Amino acid sequence: MFDDGTPIYRQIADQIKAEIMNGSLEPGGKVMSTNQYAAFYQINPATAQKAFRELVDEGVLYKQRGVGMFVADDARDRLAADFRERFFERVLAPLVREARQAGIPLTDIIDYLRASQDEAAAQTEKGALQ
Amino acid sequence: MSFTVNLRDVTLKYGDADALADVDLTLEAGKIYGLLGRNGAGKTSLLSLIAAFRRPTGGDVLVGGEPVWENAPVVSRVALVREGGDFDDADTVKDVLASGELRPSFDPDYAAKLADKFELPLKKKVRELSRGKRSVLAAVTGLAARAELTMFDEVHLGMDAPTRDAFYKELLAEYMDRPHTVVLSTHLIDEVANYLEEVVIVDRGRVLVHQPVETLQGRGATLTGAADRVDELTEGLELLAEQRLGGTKSATVAALDADLRARAAAAGVEIGPVGLQDLFIHLTNPDRNGA
Repeated sequence: MFDDGTPIYRQIADQIKAEIMNGSLEPGGKVMSTNQYAAFYQINPATAQKAFRELVDEGVLYKQRGVGMFVADDARDRLAADFRERFFERVLAPLVREARQAGIPLTDIIDYLRASQDEAAAQTEKGALQ
Repeated sequence: MSFTVNLRDVTLKYGDADALADVDLTLEAGKIYGLLGRNGAGKTSLLSLIAAFRRPTGGDVLVGGEPVWENAPVVSRVALVREGGDFDDADTVKDVLASGELRPSFDPDYAAKLADKFELPLKKKVRELSRGKRSVLAAVTGLAARAELTMFDEVHLGMDAPTRDAFYKELLAEYMDRPHTVVLSTHLIDEVANYLEEVVIVDRGRVLVHQPVETLQGRGATLTGAADRVDELTEGLELLAEQRLGGTKSATVAALDADLRARAAAAGVEIGPVGLQDLFIHLTNPDRNGA
C-alpha cells in the first residue's frame, strides 16, 4: 500500500469502499476510528480523517457524534455504479491498450473471457451437485 | 491545549550575516510539521527562536499568542530537543531524566516507561553513551516533557532504523493520546513523510515552501513511456530529471496539472509519484531559476 502515487487518504477511502463491496464491512457496521487507522498504517491522523470526510461527503459513511463512523445502508448501491465505471477505466482500458500493443485481437480476449465464464459456471454447478 | 506559533517579519543576524530574513510563518495548534532544509539553511536558528533560546534581531515570535522571549510560563511548556540533547556529560541517564521535573508537564512515569522500552542504561553517564543512545535519551526527554509544543531537531542522528521506527511510532501514539503541536526537523524526508500534516522548507534563511504534505507530494510526477510521446507531453515544462532506456523515456516534472495527467493517460504514458526528497532536492537547488 501507499506506493502507487495516489494520495494516501484516497487509497484508504478506496480500501474502505472495496471492503464494503466485498462484504467485509456490512451496511450499518462500525468502521475503525481515524486514530486506529492512523496507528495501523503509521500515518498522520489528519490523513485518515480526510479519507473519512470524503466518504461521508459521498454518502458512503455516516457519523454518529460521540459514537463513531458507520457504513450507510445504501452504501453498496451508491458504490456499485462507481465500481463499474472504475473497472472499465482502470482494468479494461489498459487491457485493451496492452492487447493492441501486443497485437492480440479483441475477439481472442472475448473468447477467453467466455471460456472462463463457462468454466466458472461449471465449477459452481459441480459444487452445487456435491 | 496545544500552542500556535507565529513569526512576523522575523530576522536573525549572527554578526553581519542573516541567519533568517523576513520570515513570516504560522504553525497551527495540534498539527505535526516537518521542517526541511539543507545544512545551514536556518532550521536550527528558526527552532531556537521559537523555543526562546535566542532573541530575534527583528520581528515578533509568538507562541500560544504571546511573545515567547523571557516568558517563563510559555517557555516551560515548549520543548526543543536539539541534536545530541543539551546534557551535562557528567550526569547519569537517571539524573537527566530526573531533571525533566523542571517542566510542569513532565511525566516521570512515562519517562521511566520510555527509558525501559528503549533500553536506556540508567546508571551510565551521558559521556559513556553511544551516539545512538544519546539521541534516544534526547528523544525520551522530548516525549516525556509532554509539552504543548515539542520540536525535535535532527534527533534521529545515530539511531538505527528499528530505533527510529520505534521513535516515530511512539511520537504518533503520544500525539494521538494528547494533541499537541510537533515540529520534526530532519534530513530523512521520505521516512517521516506519512507522519506529517504540513511541510515547511527553509532555504538560505527564508521560508521557501509551507504546504500540506499532500499538496507538495502532488506537485511532481514521473512520466514513463515511448520517448517521442513523453517528449511531446513534457515540451516546455520544467524537468527535474530525465532518463532514457532504448525507446523508453522517463521524465520527472516539477508540476503536474489535471490536463497533463489526462493527456498522459490518453497517450499510454505511465504516471508515477515523485518522492518528497526528490522534490526537496529540486526546490532547494541553488541553480534553480526563480527559487
